[in-house]
Amino acid sequence: MRSRSREFDSSTLNESVQNTIMRDLKAVGKKFMHVLYPRKSNTLLRDWDLWGPLILCVTLALMLQRGSVDSEKDGGPQFAEVFVIVWFGAVTITLNSKLLGGNISFFQSLCVLGYCILPLTVAMLICRLVLLAEPGPINFMVRLFVVIVMFAWSIVASTAFLADSQPPNRKALAVYPVFLFYFVISWMILTFTPQ
Amino acid sequence: MAAVDNLRFEEFGDAPTSLATNPDATTISIEDPGETPKHQPGPARGSGREEDDELLGNDDSDKTELLAGQKKSSPFWTFEYYQTFFDVDTYQVFDRIKGSLLPIPGKNFVRLYIRSNPDLYGPFWICATLVFAIAISGNLSNFLIHLGEKTYHYVPEFRKVSIAATIIYAYAWLVPLALWGFLMWRNSKVMNIVSYSFLEIVCVYGYSLFIYIPTAILWIIPQKAVRWILVMIALGISGSVLAMTFWPAVREDNRRISMATIVMIVLLHMLLSVGCLAYFFDAPEMDHLPTATATPNQTVAAAKFS
Repeated sequence: MRSRSREFDSSTLNESVQNTIMRDLKAVGKKFMHVLYPRKSNTLLRDWDLWGPLILCVTLALMLQRGSVDSEKDGGPQFAEVFVIVWFGAVTITLNSKLLGGNISFFQSLCVLGYCILPLTVAMLICRLVLLAEPGPINFMVRLFVVIVMFAWSIVASTAFLADSQPPNRKALAVYPVFLFYFVISWMILTFTPQ
Repeated sequence: MAAVDNLRFEEFGDAPTSLATNPDATTISIEDPGETPKHQPGPARGSGREEDDELLGNDDSDKTELLAGQKKSSPFWTFEYYQTFFDVDTYQVFDRIKGSLLPIPGKNFVRLYIRSNPDLYGPFWICATLVFAIAISGNLSNFLIHLGEKTYHYVPEFRKVSIAATIIYAYAWLVPLALWGFLMWRNSKVMNIVSYSFLEIVCVYGYSLFIYIPTAILWIIPQKAVRWILVMIALGISGSVLAMTFWPAVREDNRRISMATIVMIVLLHMLLSVGCLAYFFDAPEMDHLPTATATPNQTVAAAKFS
């Protein structure tokens, strides 16, 4: 795909903006499908991009905001805090994986970790919708169930892509930080309370 | 991206470096024909590496002051240098965690588990888990304690995560630094048989903090007695691991100084756990029930007066 684009370099310069955007959007959408139905395929790794993780991170951070004026008393994560946690968490996990001797490249790993936030973003959407109903223990149980299911989905999706890149005697060491990362994000989603 | 990685020239360093990155690599060491570093388990490989390094000479001796007994052959600005700190397998990490949970008198944690190979994986991720365990458990326990109150509005208290991170990481890195400096200073005055490198001290401290993860989770139980019993148990276990590790290092010194060092180590450990308990976990109210029955009386009395 890369060599083809070099051949037709002049034509991609001349094509309409809509074509360019649609091509990128289609690539992002294709990767979303791969995350939702995780199979052992190399597409996510080969053609990495960071658009998807950026879109997901911004969406998640925006949805975790409350529309209140006195946000200091709130105690919830600010936009910047969510951003920092997601990106620094992903970078730390990638560094950890490389230091343990994994053979995945830096941006490939960032790409996989970012895309596998998709189930949790969906969980956040569902939680916000559920919170429109009346509060109570049933409300909480539904949200808890949704978050747990999506958390498990994220872990399964990311391990399907990342586990193969580690030497076999260190797989658990590389997967545990991923578990911690998605656990913290799930915790942020579960404890979201609107004003 | 994978194709680009394959095309990059791979430097084949000497035996220890390539063994660090790929444990199953076949390497030839011409120096010592009796030594076969090819397929050996962790500790034996570590001792082989140390012999290798001694024969290789003291090229980076100035860099090895911090890491006595464990010479790194890569310069510190390369990635491979830091990879040697993560040269542990899953079973090794589990063994070290088990060793920190079961202090056996007479068995030195460092000599038994780490001497060959201090790692930074354990300390870093145990501290990270502990940070989130304390913050989340504190939040949960406060929620459960204040559950019935009408004026209580649940907040996730996300600020406390950064505070917890600062405290835990400062403890896990600055206290070993101070202790290492102190031991080096005493070493220059009194000849000690046992001396630890900075990484080994960081390793011991990191793994000794593991007991606090289940402790923090159990601190959710809103009973003062239970919490203090947990503090005592955790302090007992991790304090004894630390004391038994550092006692051989100060044994030959002046009696008072060695006792003071051990007491200081245990005291700082206790300060950490008690401080975390006090700051992150609200005190469970002993008189929760009487206030619940008192308020209806007060509202009735207020209604009578108005």
